[in-house]
Amino acid sequence: MSSLNINGQAMAVDAPDDTPLLWVLRDHLGMTGTKFGCGMALCGACTVHLDGQPVRACQTPLSAATGKRVTTIEGVGASAAGRAVQKAWTELGVPQCGYCQAGQIMSACALLKQHPKPSDAQIEQAMSGNLCRCGTYTRIRVAIKQAAGMKGAAA
Amino acid sequence: MSTTRRDLLKLLPAGLVLAVGVGHADEPKKYGGDGMPHGLQDSPKTFVSIGEDGIVTIIAHRSEMGQGVRTNLPRVVADELEADWKRVRVAQAPGDEGLYGNQDTDGSRSTRHWFEPMRRCGASARAMLEQAAAARWGVPVAEVMAVNHEVVHKASGRKLGYGALALAAAQLDVPARESLKLKDPSQFRYIGKRDPHLVDIEAIVTGRSHYGIDTRLPDMVFAVIARPPVLGGKVRGFDPAAALKVPGVLKVFELAGTPPPSEFQPIGGVVVVGRDTWAAIQGRNALKIDWDDGAHGSYDSTAYRKLLEQAVSQPGGKEIRNEGDTYAALKQAARTVTADYYVPHLAHASMEAPAATARIKDGRCEVWAPSQSPQAARDRVAKRLSMPFENVTVNVTLLGGGFGRKSKADFVVEAALVSQALDGKPVKLTWTREDDLHHDYFHAVCAQHLEAGLDANGKVSAWLHRSAEPTFMSIFMPDPKQLSGIELGLGLVNLPLAVPNIRIENPAAEAHSRLGWLRSVNNIQHAFATQSFVAEIAKAQGRDHRTVLLELIGPDRKIDPDKIGDVFNHGESPERYPIDTARLRKVVERVTKEASWGRKLGPGRGLGLAVHYSFVTYVATVIEVAVDAKGGISIPRVDIAVDCGAQVNPDRVVSQMEGACINGISQALMSEITFKDGRAQQDNYHQYLIARMNEAPKKINVHLIPPDFSLPLGGVGEPGVPPIAPALCNAIAAATGKRIRQLPIGDQLAAKA
Repeated sequence: MSSLNINGQAMAVDAPDDTPLLWVLRDHLGMTGTKFGCGMALCGACTVHLDGQPVRACQTPLSAATGKRVTTIEGVGASAAGRAVQKAWTELGVPQCGYCQAGQIMSACALLKQHPKPSDAQIEQAMSGNLCRCGTYTRIRVAIKQAAGMKGAAA
Repeated sequence: MSTTRRDLLKLLPAGLVLAVGVGHADEPKKYGGDGMPHGLQDSPKTFVSIGEDGIVTIIAHRSEMGQGVRTNLPRVVADELEADWKRVRVAQAPGDEGLYGNQDTDGSRSTRHWFEPMRRCGASARAMLEQAAAARWGVPVAEVMAVNHEVVHKASGRKLGYGALALAAAQLDVPARESLKLKDPSQFRYIGKRDPHLVDIEAIVTGRSHYGIDTRLPDMVFAVIARPPVLGGKVRGFDPAAALKVPGVLKVFELAGTPPPSEFQPIGGVVVVGRDTWAAIQGRNALKIDWDDGAHGSYDSTAYRKLLEQAVSQPGGKEIRNEGDTYAALKQAARTVTADYYVPHLAHASMEAPAATARIKDGRCEVWAPSQSPQAARDRVAKRLSMPFENVTVNVTLLGGGFGRKSKADFVVEAALVSQALDGKPVKLTWTREDDLHHDYFHAVCAQHLEAGLDANGKVSAWLHRSAEPTFMSIFMPDPKQLSGIELGLGLVNLPLAVPNIRIENPAAEAHSRLGWLRSVNNIQHAFATQSFVAEIAKAQGRDHRTVLLELIGPDRKIDPDKIGDVFNHGESPERYPIDTARLRKVVERVTKEASWGRKLGPGRGLGLAVHYSFVTYVATVIEVAVDAKGGISIPRVDIAVDCGAQVNPDRVVSQMEGACINGISQALMSEITFKDGRAQQDNYHQYLIARMNEAPKKINVHLIPPDFSLPLGGVGEPGVPPIAPALCNAIAAATGKRIRQLPIGDQLAAKA
């Protein structure tokens, strides 16, 4: 039995230590907001925060997550920054199919924590690990700036 | 012309989801939504329910995969119903075309086919509520009017909410279609308005939305399948011992497949069931399987490309369009321009790979799936389980991308078969990314040869186009070697050209992989070749590309697709949907104006233009490219002009164009599936590349042609894709002088060391 702290709640998991956090969340805990895209940390769909840092849950073994604070898309809205990002996403109609957007939002929230007013280059650097097959990148850029309260977000 | 409409009908197997009207030969041909299997439905008794609390629930019967259809069509109903969108809920229909009409969500058809029936549906419900109110008050129905979720009797000032009228209205007959009063477009509340609060958006941004991969049932187990890596391959033998030793693996067994043409049925393999997905994947990694590759085990992309290029290098391919005498005109031409183009296999690679959950209980099978075609899924599950159709339920989840892949029900049938093998236990079947890329219904590879003859005045007098590409009909029938009427109608035979001598040939090509349709389908390669070639003709003459393009489109006229050999016309009536060259011209004029065509750019920068007509919509694109000294490509700006008729939800038209643009950029820059020893060689996103934010255009400006509700609607989901790759390559040629004739661009521009 491992014990995890997810979105501020203690949860017990009966899975081998090397099980990726992604499958612990999805299959064992029923938290399906975190998505499976590639299993190789190539697409970012499974991005969660460990102690506030963005990580790919598909490459994070259960053992590496124990004892740390795990934040997922289901819990990120509890912070003001998380809610601001979700609000900007909603207002600008960023998602198309929406499947990658949990990962996009988690990466965007981590970016804004590090750079509250990110430059275009910082946005690209933080977000280029997150694939979107529908092609929502231009709206994501604008939404990040809007969430950051930056002028010219609509440009 | 050698393909007739009658021939096309014979070619179409039952259940081909791209099908145009399939009827008996002696019945009049049906078009549009009427021509689709199970046609159109518009009864509010099917699509609308109103609670006593006034909450209006509208059924979405088409599948949501990012195009906004779960918002767009219910908003059409709500508008004609005079419902307050805040008090509207949307419920997803299971697969049941007998009840809902056609549900096959592809071909850019949902809004195009369903705008009018959904208007009638809302207007019928509104009329029934008005009738109920008039009866309650004992006044003539002409004196009452539904306004924003209530019916008002102006003379007496009386009002009744929809909730209070719901029961009485539900008892009434649905009014006759002829009696319906549809709104004038000036009265629209939601249609054409730019405020789309998508019905699923809150759930999406908070992680509560339900995709196919997210279904959970009590006591569910998890499965993956090792499938034959080569088309038509089989399991010769396998050793499950190591897999069964992996902690959490519950069962390993062989699943029989359907040999080619396997249509939408599974291709078989070895199933590994685990207590979670990870255990199943680990178990599969430990499996030892001896594959019998069969007849396609030597399929090799390098060798096959040579075959296709050889096929288009000479005359003799099937003639699919012939006007004038092209070969003679080429001989007499003052000058000729020639070019060859190549587009590789592509994969759908939707972010959510195929996944489905199934259980069987008391002789009934219920599945949850991200299906673009839930009726076909239900039908194929029933057939494969030998179960009555009525005993199968297909619940439609959100799709994490579809792009045509999820039209095919193979993964849904797999889930049902695995559940059957486990005595009906609930099972979630997941495809990994590797499964998705190795066993896709691939976009077909294509080689093309074009020749243009120029007369003494520099006008194009002859146009020869040969295209060799295996057909996706190969999943439905044994070894077809020519393109179907559908594929020919995707930008090959139906190119509008004001040229006196036109010849289009389709040499034979064999399929050696499982093929399918991918967003915008054969238009991708056809537009890449023809729109690149127009720029090459202009360049050869030192003339402005835009001028030459408009010259080739020629005078304003409405072309009957039948007359130029297009028996498909996207299933639409040639009278209602002719090819309108004025609309084609106008999108070129609009986009070049918006993009300031001809403006001076710095070194290494260029503008490229392309236009393409597909899915009965007109799209022109200008791309600005910057190429650095090392050959690195960036895209500061894209302008897109689209004429799809009126826009029901303008913001989703814009978002589809943005997405199509980035999709096309991936195809142009980096995406390619290659085969060796019969196997797709790309395993995951490090090898099958798609554009990331840093590679995407910095800015995409979409220009909508002002709405005209008197025109029939065009498609939106797909027609934005085809102009992108040629516009980009034309921009690169303008910037660097280097002409790209094969996709992807990859490192073709890289500075030589």
